[in-house]
Amino acid sequence: MSTTTPAPESSNAPQEELSTAAANRTVGVRTFRPAIGLAILALVALILFALNAADGSVEFRLSDSGDAIQLPNLSVPVTAYGWVVTVALAALAVFAAVRARSLPRWALILAGFFFVTGFLVWIVGTAQTPSISVTALLAGSVALATPLIFGSLGGLLCERSGVVNIAIEAQLLFGAFSAAVAATVANNVWVGLLAAVIGSMLVSLVLAIFSIKYRVNQVIVGVVLNVLVSGLTGFIFATVLQPNAADFNSPARLPHITIPVLSEIPVIGPVFFDQSIIGYIMYVTVAIVWYALYRTRWGLRTRAVGEHPKAADTLGVSVNALRVRNVLMGGAVAGLGGAFYTLVSVSAFTRDMTSGAGYIALAALIFGRWNPVGALLASLLFGFASNLESILSFLGTSVPSQFLAMLPYIVTILAVAGLVGASRGPAASGEPYVKE
Amino acid sequence: MKLELRDITKKFGGFTANQNVNLTVEPHQIHCLLGENGAGKSTLMNVLYGLYEPTSGSIEIDGEPVTFSGPGEAMAAGIGMVHQHFMLVPVFTVAENVALGNEATKGVGLDLNTTRNRIREISDRYGFQVDPDAIVEDLPVGVQQRVEIIKALVREAEVLILDEPTAVLTPKETDELLNIMRQLRDNGTSIVFISHKLREVKAVSDVITVIRRGKVEGQVGPDTSTDELAALMVGRDVSLTVDKEPSNAIGSALEVTDLTVVGENGVVLVDNVSFAVAPGEILAVAGVQGNGQTELTEALVGLADHVSGSIKLEGQELAGRGVREVLSAGVGFVPEDRSTEGLVAPFSVSENLVLDRYKDREFASGPSLKLGAMRENAQQAVDSYDIRTGSVDAPVSTLSGGNQQKVVIARELSRPLKLFVASQPTRGVDVGSIEFIHKRIVAERDKGVPVIIVSTELDEVYALADRIAVFFHGRLMGIVPADTPRETLGRMMAGETADEVLPPAPWDDSHDQQQHEGTHTA
Repeated sequence: MSTTTPAPESSNAPQEELSTAAANRTVGVRTFRPAIGLAILALVALILFALNAADGSVEFRLSDSGDAIQLPNLSVPVTAYGWVVTVALAALAVFAAVRARSLPRWALILAGFFFVTGFLVWIVGTAQTPSISVTALLAGSVALATPLIFGSLGGLLCERSGVVNIAIEAQLLFGAFSAAVAATVANNVWVGLLAAVIGSMLVSLVLAIFSIKYRVNQVIVGVVLNVLVSGLTGFIFATVLQPNAADFNSPARLPHITIPVLSEIPVIGPVFFDQSIIGYIMYVTVAIVWYALYRTRWGLRTRAVGEHPKAADTLGVSVNALRVRNVLMGGAVAGLGGAFYTLVSVSAFTRDMTSGAGYIALAALIFGRWNPVGALLASLLFGFASNLESILSFLGTSVPSQFLAMLPYIVTILAVAGLVGASRGPAASGEPYVKE
Repeated sequence: MKLELRDITKKFGGFTANQNVNLTVEPHQIHCLLGENGAGKSTLMNVLYGLYEPTSGSIEIDGEPVTFSGPGEAMAAGIGMVHQHFMLVPVFTVAENVALGNEATKGVGLDLNTTRNRIREISDRYGFQVDPDAIVEDLPVGVQQRVEIIKALVREAEVLILDEPTAVLTPKETDELLNIMRQLRDNGTSIVFISHKLREVKAVSDVITVIRRGKVEGQVGPDTSTDELAALMVGRDVSLTVDKEPSNAIGSALEVTDLTVVGENGVVLVDNVSFAVAPGEILAVAGVQGNGQTELTEALVGLADHVSGSIKLEGQELAGRGVREVLSAGVGFVPEDRSTEGLVAPFSVSENLVLDRYKDREFASGPSLKLGAMRENAQQAVDSYDIRTGSVDAPVSTLSGGNQQKVVIARELSRPLKLFVASQPTRGVDVGSIEFIHKRIVAERDKGVPVIIVSTELDEVYALADRIAVFFHGRLMGIVPADTPRETLGRMMAGETADEVLPPAPWDDSHDQQQHEGTHTA
């Protein structure tokens, strides 16, 4: 699908500054991938959002009845907005076809905005009561994204130092399990939180030993761990937890904190400043991981070990020790995400309750290009998709719920398949480091 | 600082890489370690740098015995090393690479400004012109090498080991490096210079230690003659020239017109190149590594993507065809890296010899292979190419580099060819095998086959070429006769066109009959 032509703006490399000149001349590689992707989106928009739109308007409620500040509701005519989206996406597709190369960031954001809002308006339009609370939609998205964010940050700590972590699912699940049991037995949620961290680190320890010390293929170890933890927790749940739920499986919940004033801000107040303590820990963790990765000695070494372990080794950085430490830290972070399930979301452990969130977290990590902020945003998008599904089933949409349930996974595939361009991961990820 | 290696022996399993090596590096000295590829020079230096542990023997600094369990300790003791393959993180900036492992910090955060200032200081002192905030992968190799030297100097190295530092440099960059080495010596840094290039060694060394097959063969001064050094290095008298009759090729069998190869990221790797090769002629492609030669050969055999232009072999268009079609059109190809592209390491010698012909009736009946025929074929190749192997069923990975390369050459020359393309045909091969391979290549030419040889070693280019094509930044700087002086080639390899470097000499007329394409630049 790509061809080459010397673009007119290409410049010849200057011949005089030979020792410092940056090598060869470059031309644009013509690619029609973004144009085709956008054209498909425009077609979907045409068929669904414009031609199959419901009559009337949908209502987006910006404030709820109890709020201090009341904002008027936003009413959007469904058919008209469907046409707006179709035309906008078609225009972007034409723009991409004319450019014939990868798109600037603003165009991607614009395309994403139009498609997501177009979808939202269309699907809410199909509901029996076409009215939706924006606050509830967003707050639920953040809640559902929380374990994904912790999971992808945990994966990030592993992968940036060169260890592929497929076992995020196992870490979340074992964290959730450990938190439920420990919090019930000790009758203290904080013990539960600590147990989640330790339990998830145990999973990491196994991953570290097999993938770093014994150099077993990291993907295989990860998959095995996922199956192992699922089976183990499922077995203990069926034999111990279920019959004695009061003794082992009824943890209290972590405290919920509402920040005064800030939580009163319309729409974003309830979304960001009225949640469980683990939500606040999440924001702090993202900030810490970002700062540590890009601004500290540890971060420099971590990134070096993930890109070129031998270079780091020749400078006296102990590659495998650093990797082990990072994998354990990754487990600790993922464990916090696991605790969210049993100490915040529901007050009990159930079999396989993470239901694939670990894999979505992995996808968020890749979609977010191995960057903490990117992983945060990708996780929020996936959280939004899942939350939309549950809200719509409440509203009674005519779209079958099975299709809605597929939504987050379709978003994942589209995102990871590289509609937004190839992402370049750490060069040495997945490769064990062997000292000769 | 005086550095001594005493009786160093390093064994890998049954293979002895270094045997009882003694070496003394005096302060203020450029000490050269001269030896062939595989003589054990790099192993010795890795022992010194703490990357390998010696099987026996000791290292002394200023008379005190020391042991290094890792490069960190060697660096702390004042030893720095610039590896043959740079140890730089490509996506990092210069400052990040220099800081790594030796980071200045301010509170919990990284303090890159201190590192930047140190880089500027060293850069100014030696005239390096290195920008601390440049991303390393965007820098030319010569500058990357300076970053490596800065890394060692920032750590206050008193002994600097340079492992084959000129392999990736243009002749001009090489001269600059040799000057830097002299400057460093005069400022008090001792230098261990590892090389197999006699000219450079003679130009810069104070003392030369020759190593052959892991043992010290002798220590000589820089005034020793080139022939003597070569004999010491190889162990016998060698003629580095190949006996060949001048080519009397006429016409053109291969015509390449406006060939352009663009990389995935839009970099033009081969830039609008046109040339022709006559039957029975060797066109040697010279240039510093990474100037488009690899991509040229890959385009010729159909391995490259984003190719435009025309490749006509005896009138038949090859551009845009698949690799199998190109091979069956009669093209033989020796890739640049035998271990990753030329051979399947765990496969046996006989399997590797039919990798491109396993479908032929000779070796297959229906879906099954004729193992007997394959073995017979292998036995013949082993005999006629003098491949030293215990058995044709032995995995090819158990053979030495030279014998592995002979397997590749034997496979590619076993078919009747209309074009032979060989990239770095003798890289990492012992001198005996080099002579043999060169003879085979010349024999193929004498059969009337057009031959393209890509080599970064000018000695090899001179040994084989009937004409020399020089590449720079993907562009063809010109095609010149085989007797063009080294200095002229060097200037072309650094980006001057043939028109600029050659006086309007009468050679144009004498060669007009066989080369009509002349020089071509973008």
